[in-house]
Amino acid sequence: MRQSGRDNGSTVGPHPPPEGAPALSVDNLRAYYLTHYFGVEREVRAVDDISLVVRRNEIYGLAGESSCGKTTFLKTVAAAVRPPLSVIGGSVQYAFLDRDLYALNPAKLSAIRWRRLSYITQGSMNVLNPVRRVRESFIDFAYRHMGLKRRPFFAAVNEHLQRLHLAASVLDAYPHELSGGMKQRVTIALATICRPEFIIADEPTTALDVIVQKDVLAMIREAQQQIGSSMLFVTHDMTVHANIADRLGIMYAGRLVEEAPTADIFANPKHPYTAHLVASLPRIGEQSRKESLSGAPPNLANPPSGCRFHPRCPLAMEVCREASPALTTLAPGRRVACYAASPLVKPSPTAERVAGATHRAERVGLVQ
Amino acid sequence: MSGNLLEVERLTKRFAIGGLFGRGRFNAVDDVSFKVDAGQPQILAIIGESGSGKTTLARMILNTLAPTSGAIRFRGQDLLGVRGRKRRLDFMREVQPILQNPYEAFNPLKRVDRYLYASATRLAGAKSQKARDEAVNDALQKVGLSLTEVKGRFPHELSGGQLQRTAIARALISSPALIVADEPVSMVDASLRMSIVNLFGRLRDELRVSILYITHDLATAYYVSDRVIIIQKGKVVETGPAREVLIHPQHPYSVLLKESVLSPDDVGQGAWEGERPRPPSQTA
Amino acid sequence: MLRILKDLFRYNREFSLGAILILLVVAISLASFLSPYPSGMQYVVPFDAPPSWDHPFGTNSRGQDVFWQLTFAIRNSLLFGTAVALLSRLIAIVVGLTSGYVGGMVDSVLMSINDTFVVFPPFPILVLVYFIFKDHMSWALLAVAMACLGWAYDARLIRSMALSLRTREFTTQSLFSGMSTGQILAEEHLPYVLPIVFATTMNNINWSIGLEVTLSVIGFTNIDTPTIGTMIYWANQHTALVAGVWWWIAFPVGLVIITFVGLYLLSVSMNEYIDPRSRLSGMGGAA
Ligand SMILES: Nc1ncnc2c1ncn2[C@@H]1O[C@H](COP(=O)(O)OP(=O)(O)OP(=O)(O)O)[C@@H](O)[C@H]1O
Ligand SMILES: Nc1ncnc2c1ncn2[C@@H]1O[C@H](COP(=O)(O)OP(=O)(O)OP(=O)(O)O)[C@@H](O)[C@H]1O
Ligand code: SF4
Ligand SMILES: [Mg+2]
Ligand SMILES: [Mg+2]
Repeated sequence: MRQSGRDNGSTVGPHPPPEGAPALSVDNLRAYYLTHYFGVEREVRAVDDISLVVRRNEIYGLAGESSCGKTTFLKTVAAAVRPPLSVIGGSVQYAFLDRDLYALNPAKLSAIRWRRLSYITQGSMNVLNPVRRVRESFIDFAYRHMGLKRRPFFAAVNEHLQRLHLAASVLDAYPHELSGGMKQRVTIALATICRPEFIIADEPTTALDVIVQKDVLAMIREAQQQIGSSMLFVTHDMTVHANIADRLGIMYAGRLVEEAPTADIFANPKHPYTAHLVASLPRIGEQSRKESLSGAPPNLANPPSGCRFHPRCPLAMEVCREASPALTTLAPGRRVACYAASPLVKPSPTAERVAGATHRAERVGLVQ
Repeated sequence: MSGNLLEVERLTKRFAIGGLFGRGRFNAVDDVSFKVDAGQPQILAIIGESGSGKTTLARMILNTLAPTSGAIRFRGQDLLGVRGRKRRLDFMREVQPILQNPYEAFNPLKRVDRYLYASATRLAGAKSQKARDEAVNDALQKVGLSLTEVKGRFPHELSGGQLQRTAIARALISSPALIVADEPVSMVDASLRMSIVNLFGRLRDELRVSILYITHDLATAYYVSDRVIIIQKGKVVETGPAREVLIHPQHPYSVLLKESVLSPDDVGQGAWEGERPRPPSQTA
Repeated sequence: MLRILKDLFRYNREFSLGAILILLVVAISLASFLSPYPSGMQYVVPFDAPPSWDHPFGTNSRGQDVFWQLTFAIRNSLLFGTAVALLSRLIAIVVGLTSGYVGGMVDSVLMSINDTFVVFPPFPILVLVYFIFKDHMSWALLAVAMACLGWAYDARLIRSMALSLRTREFTTQSLFSGMSTGQILAEEHLPYVLPIVFATTMNNINWSIGLEVTLSVIGFTNIDTPTIGTMIYWANQHTALVAGVWWWIAFPVGLVIITFVGLYLLSVSMNEYIDPRSRLSGMGGAA
């Protein structure tokens, strides 16, 4: 397994290191939405040059503004790419695969889904087939992979549902008879019952109340520790990240702008966007007014020049307008892309090249 | 004007569950009563576990689901009497929903402005195109958007926050007196969440709109609402002023709820282990 | 839509094969407009001539050129099938969407009507219709009768989709924007059921052509309109097989089989494309 050079340092840190070899390494990944409506071509750069490593037995949290490209990033690492989304460049390598994800043929790809790689999509409560009972969905998707007889299979399903605070009777319900949170738990159950090695989850707990959420997170954590699987976890809820993620990556406008062990992000955010994110968390018992970020979210079809955060950044300087800061390793395990954070941060050579040219010729979109 | 804007009295909704055999029945909403005063706009937070009947309650208040028993009165009139197209439109002018999932709230195959214009025409009575544009633009301005940003766009061309604010703007077009918001912030980022919640506060203070704010997020409920209702398995277990109930919950379920709130201060390099008791110093 | 068709054509073998077969059949039926002989005319060519350069599919015992006769027959059969399918789709859409969306009493009433139609055996009913109307039996009448028998199953399918569309949030949004029920059904929900309707249309055309052939072969339709079925009927009347005029039977049968296979492939490939289950499999990656 190839390992990206700049991450070598992150295993030695002041905190218990997230141990083990990389389970997923992503290098310079770029994925754009290429659309043409009425003759106008548009290129939405939703994932623009992202590199990161998720280690074995680690939960990697990803946070960022709405529509900054989190879901798009997950789609590309889960090989769930469909037009108009197109992978423009970069590589995605899983430890359990002998080659790049995008070098796999469709048959191989479907063989790893569910069993080794499982993807809980955003708004996944709407993926359940509306005309089939939940029981049938379990048979359709998990039965084959579990290799169990009917009885033990449903015994296992029941046990699994119980851990998610669901009664066995949900199996007999149609999706529209369940509440939002119940549907969400059913899809979590579907995605985790086969115990995949790598779980990709996009906002899996948004519809859950705090009590159930806590148990669901505990279940995920426990399963992850038992089988040493890894997880890439997206949520807007910073408190969830605080409690479950080993490391956190913060995205802004299609780029990774900061990455650090979770505690460091909360205690000492380096990027101004991260700092805002952490400061805006409301707490019970606190009455001070919390302000939202001023200014409009960037347009990814035509992102701001230089640092993409500069139109909204309180610390913006001259250089920020011109050159995009590179994601730089400041301390072991700590990367940030902001000139104000450290003098070590230099303009990014790759990002400039990327912004300058359109690489239509390299399109490697997976069309099926 | 005095009296009650909304009066919910001994409301119950029973659903059948299970397969063909052994079809059971249970009360998704069980004997719920509360009132919203017409004279004083307020934000009333409804909190409860997943599956406790919050959405069912909201649907009954919006008159899209008929109660099994009990009554809902809006400005003194029973919702059972809201029949026929004209009365329904009159009702919708006053009571508007905001839905949970901004990505689902607009038909993905249709342009977003379609709903804004429909509201302006059907509910706000705008006749000319100019009046319609004006009504829509006014509402969008209230949420910090403008018509040019939204016009002609499909839902997937807008971000989650823009969509949610557009949905709120649409609800505001007919100047309603009551907004029923079912988990309006659970799908948006922390910053947007605050901007929407702050917007609710402004709607209450400046436009005098009352809001039923259904949520799982106790922190924002504490931050913005005046009163809370906590429900468990369809029953109201505790109700009172928001600050008081959330700081000093009385009912065991409310206590558990509050204790389960994850705090950002618990951060321990992801070392949280679910049920294992934490050292007291770490609990908020 | 065009884009989807293009993608399907490029990446889906079944779809491209089906499309080619159906285009072939449609081309043959369009050729009828170039026919040198009017369709009803008899004794315009020599009898019972085997296939040759002048008459590629031979001629029959009624003095007709089999190829040109076939172009009329397949045109009428296709038109017939399409008419039945469109009409029954219309009923299915209206009943299904209304039933699912409005719910309550309307739903129960519509669905119990629906269920009666599901259990009706179509064949004896159509024979009965023939005996009632006998000489007045026409192409259009048969199409209406068959449309009435062919909508029930799909109405149920559409209803189940409408049931879930009703619970989607945008439906509430439309409702509270003041849109009328008709508008919600026609503008918000219809686009979602159209793909399914499209696929079942293929099946329904197949079903109605097949049923028409069966009815015609045994003479329970208006035998003066040339269709694939009536062609075979006349061939049987003249004991074509015994007389060794095999081409009179073989070509219509061959063509109708091509039609069946083509439509079947189209519907299968489209089903694959729209199956809601494939959305769930998207959870494990791409669909
Ligand atoms: N099918 C599409 N065609 C064109 N643009 C798209 C498409 N899907 C998403 N986008 C755009 O890509 C950008 C990133 O979207 P994405 O869904 O990845 O955001 P996100 O970070 O997951 O946001 P959220 O937290 O709100 O879910 C957005 O600007 C969005 O408008
Ligand atoms: N149409 C229906 N038929 C049968 N049962 C239903 C139906 N709709 C809802 N229920 C049941 O009613 C209960 C309450 O559901 P509801 O959607 O009101 O919960 P909720 O409080 O909104 O939960 P969540 O926070 O997860 O959204 C659930 O147990 C659900 O299964
Ligand atoms: S690089 Fe400049 S603009 Fe960007 S976040 Fe840092 S200070 Fe702000
Ligand atoms: Mg997303
Ligand atoms: Mg709900």
